[in-house]
Amino acid sequence: MTTPPAKLPNEPVITPQVVAEHGLSPDEYQRVLAIMGRTPTMVELGIFSAMWSEHCSYKSSKVWLRKLPTKAPWVIQGPGENAGVIDIGDGQAAIFKMESHNHPSYIEPYQGAATGVGGILRDVFTMGARPIANLNALRFGDPAHPKTRHLVSGVVAGIGGYGNCMGIPTVGGETNFHAAYNGNILVNAMTVGIAPTDRIFYAAAAGVGNPLVYVGSKTGRDGIHGATMASTEFSEDSEEKRPTVQVGDPFVEKLLLEACLELMATDAIVAIQDMGAAGLTSSSFEMAAKGGLGVIVELDKVPMRETGMNPYELMLSESQERMLIVLKPGREDLARGIFEKWELDFAVIGRLTDTERMVLSWHGDIVGDIPIPPLVTEAPVYERPWTPTRLPPMLAASDVPAPTDWNASLLALMSCPDLASKAWIWHQYDHLIMGNTAIRPQDGDAALVRVPGGHKGLAMTSDCTPRYVQAHPETGGRQAVAEAWRNITAVGARPLAVTDNMNFGNPQKPEIMGQFAGAIMGMAEACQMLDFPVVSGNVSLYNETEGRPILPTPTIGAVGVIDDIACAVGSRITTDGLAIVLVGETTGWLGQSLYLREACGREDGAPPPVDLAVERRNGDFVRAQIASRRIVACHDLSDGGLLVGLAEMCLAGGTGAQVALPGDNAVASHAFLYGEDQARYLVACNSGEEMVQAARAAGVPATILGYSGGASLEVEGLLSLRLDDLRSAHEAWLPRYMNATD
Amino acid sequence: MKAAVLVFPGSNREVDVAQAIELVTGRKPQMVWHGDGDFEKTDLIVVPGGFSYGDYLRCGAMAAQSPVMAEVKRRANQGVPVLAICNGFQIVTEAGLLPGTLMRNAHLKFVCRDVHLKVETSQSLFTNRYQADQVIRIPVAHAEGNYFASEDTLKQLEDRGQVAFRYCAPDGAVDAGGNPNGSIRNIAGVFNETKTVMGLMPHPENAVEPMFGGCDGRALFEGLVDALS
Repeated sequence: MTTPPAKLPNEPVITPQVVAEHGLSPDEYQRVLAIMGRTPTMVELGIFSAMWSEHCSYKSSKVWLRKLPTKAPWVIQGPGENAGVIDIGDGQAAIFKMESHNHPSYIEPYQGAATGVGGILRDVFTMGARPIANLNALRFGDPAHPKTRHLVSGVVAGIGGYGNCMGIPTVGGETNFHAAYNGNILVNAMTVGIAPTDRIFYAAAAGVGNPLVYVGSKTGRDGIHGATMASTEFSEDSEEKRPTVQVGDPFVEKLLLEACLELMATDAIVAIQDMGAAGLTSSSFEMAAKGGLGVIVELDKVPMRETGMNPYELMLSESQERMLIVLKPGREDLARGIFEKWELDFAVIGRLTDTERMVLSWHGDIVGDIPIPPLVTEAPVYERPWTPTRLPPMLAASDVPAPTDWNASLLALMSCPDLASKAWIWHQYDHLIMGNTAIRPQDGDAALVRVPGGHKGLAMTSDCTPRYVQAHPETGGRQAVAEAWRNITAVGARPLAVTDNMNFGNPQKPEIMGQFAGAIMGMAEACQMLDFPVVSGNVSLYNETEGRPILPTPTIGAVGVIDDIACAVGSRITTDGLAIVLVGETTGWLGQSLYLREACGREDGAPPPVDLAVERRNGDFVRAQIASRRIVACHDLSDGGLLVGLAEMCLAGGTGAQVALPGDNAVASHAFLYGEDQARYLVACNSGEEMVQAARAAGVPATILGYSGGASLEVEGLLSLRLDDLRSAHEAWLPRYMNATD
Repeated sequence: MKAAVLVFPGSNREVDVAQAIELVTGRKPQMVWHGDGDFEKTDLIVVPGGFSYGDYLRCGAMAAQSPVMAEVKRRANQGVPVLAICNGFQIVTEAGLLPGTLMRNAHLKFVCRDVHLKVETSQSLFTNRYQADQVIRIPVAHAEGNYFASEDTLKQLEDRGQVAFRYCAPDGAVDAGGNPNGSIRNIAGVFNETKTVMGLMPHPENAVEPMFGGCDGRALFEGLVDALS
């Protein structure tokens, strides 16, 4: 039983309807009553609502997330902090995470996407890192859907608007289109930062009596209940939720970044946490809970943007560009000086206590008083029922028609929405600022950025093939991890760790929960086998509109390191006379392929199986060959298969190629050229014979397909296309689509 | 060559240009905070790229009124060379050090990509390491780089050789295809009358190393070292 707090004027009565509006089930409300020993006040109810939302509590996903491997000798900090931290050598750490901003971006695309970038940047610099790169994974609905163009335009402008102003290069990502995202687009943003391994900052509060300091922007009424909104399905009136979307100010965040890094160079900070989802509530709660302490917050001292704000609004606002810091005693003036220099708000709003309670005061009255440990330990955790997705039957190549016109088939694939050039998008992102971008978008399988002050490079990528996950979640989960690992490998880097962004539908439906469970099991196995631990992540559920779920989309963001960036390779073929060698085995797997979908209008069959031992063997071989400088260009084979991969390499480097199917090939031509077998790479090298010999010695299948040269792409007896025509088809689709006015 | 690089709240390519200068000269430039009306004497002042004060008003308009810019104007009038890049170009036009203005890109979007530039003259502090009519490749990254000036001003600029660079095709043809933002007469960079102040939208500081965008911007800094050391 806690002391009943002071009543505020106009305090509403807590009715079952008020409880329901806060997204709490009747069971969950009973837990609230048991913890409090009395009826909560509105602000207390709001705090429970936010902390127990799916977004903040992971109540449906927690039991499954525990199955992911999170440890390796190079992991400094796994999941549970603002971002994951890995050791990249030379006393440096890479700090990174990917996070979704799906619901807000659908409601208000520019601000939703912009604040998604702002949020993930804060997660990374909160830990002491200077961000060096951004990536993003975007999924939009059918291009023919009336809202899609507007959403693409707004999201891309929002991501660019925030990242460009912050001065962080946006170096990579992926963009897909599918009708399943018509009512729920996905905006997953990733940031990678660098910090010295001995200067990493954490959220756990310490030191009874230490001041709790608020810095950054003032608090307004924007984003109230953002976390709760992100934890429910959409309905037709979702646009009325626009006020729950936050508004970003990248200029203020740039100042906040510089001010925080300046303060972090001193010894003033005990703990620091950004105010993200559920704002002041979750930041103060998490800092106190992780430190095993209590906290008293004087809400009237919070810098406010508007007049007449009340404790409920202050605790639940998701105004952007704010941080909460626990300072060492006596360091207030030093910290204040730094933040005032950067013209940011600075206010001591409370202090740490030993009560393990969160006490909220408002002009001297206690308006909230919640015991902290039970809110964490008694938080609902659900083992939701789930039904596995059955593996669809394998599709034989003979059941898939071959193209009647090969030239037309490749042109059609290269200009389909998923494969068409995304230059229209990444030309709007400053991908060159900081002067460290070694591999630009479209020039390699992973983005490659020099680590400032040395010769190391960080490779980064974001991957998921949602149609595979939909067909068979376990295979799809495995494949997403394997493809990320392969993309890091294909530039010559050592894959180190991943961040996962789990985007799914309503977990209360057993088939959706089954997708989640299956994807996790596949991912866990792949992460284990490839020594590729998960160090951070985010879960976004309830991505449904009117009961229609998205394709299950476990986006994998990955980071790898290369010790000498000069040894890295891209995917561009720029010179004549290079041997084109296919590494890996081709069975001609057409089930769930892009060829099947784009050329035949079908989305069926089993997705390509992922043999992780083969994946590892082939990848380790390719990486070693890159390190020994035998490979000039390398591209992993994924969407669209071999022929698309080769076309992409030719277009990127402006050089043609003449290839033929191997003499001993027993696979049907269309399955060989468009099949999506995994664990394969296409490499361009000076000596094809040497490459094949080295592969044989390593037990890796490898075949010389032909040689680079000329201004066209030719497949003996099947296809001959001028690169100019291929380029027009590849590059024209997106600008034409975006500029259309229908 | 001693250089100073200005830093406004929201500047974000000051580090890039400082690194390029250090690479070429072997010494770090002095970084000058926007509130500092008085700073050490230098051979060159650089106004860097970024989003000064958030660029929420017209780009560069607020920075042009800062204490440090009052001092830059004074020194520029005494003949101290000023290199103004991107947001810096916007700031010095707002400050009246260069003619013309930078409007929103014609396609209304931010654009980041390599562009080709035709060097109009090698007769300046900034371009002495290039040949006239040489084509170089360096990146742009901006939303407001659409250069505009009145007909009279353009005539004067061209008559006096004050155009520094024009956007062009890879083969040097000055055409619409090579123009990334709609700039009038493809103008990418201009000088003041004495050619001691140069503003340009592209980023030579991001083209100084072979692996990271090529080396075509490096000669600009090397030429400044030749002229000012």
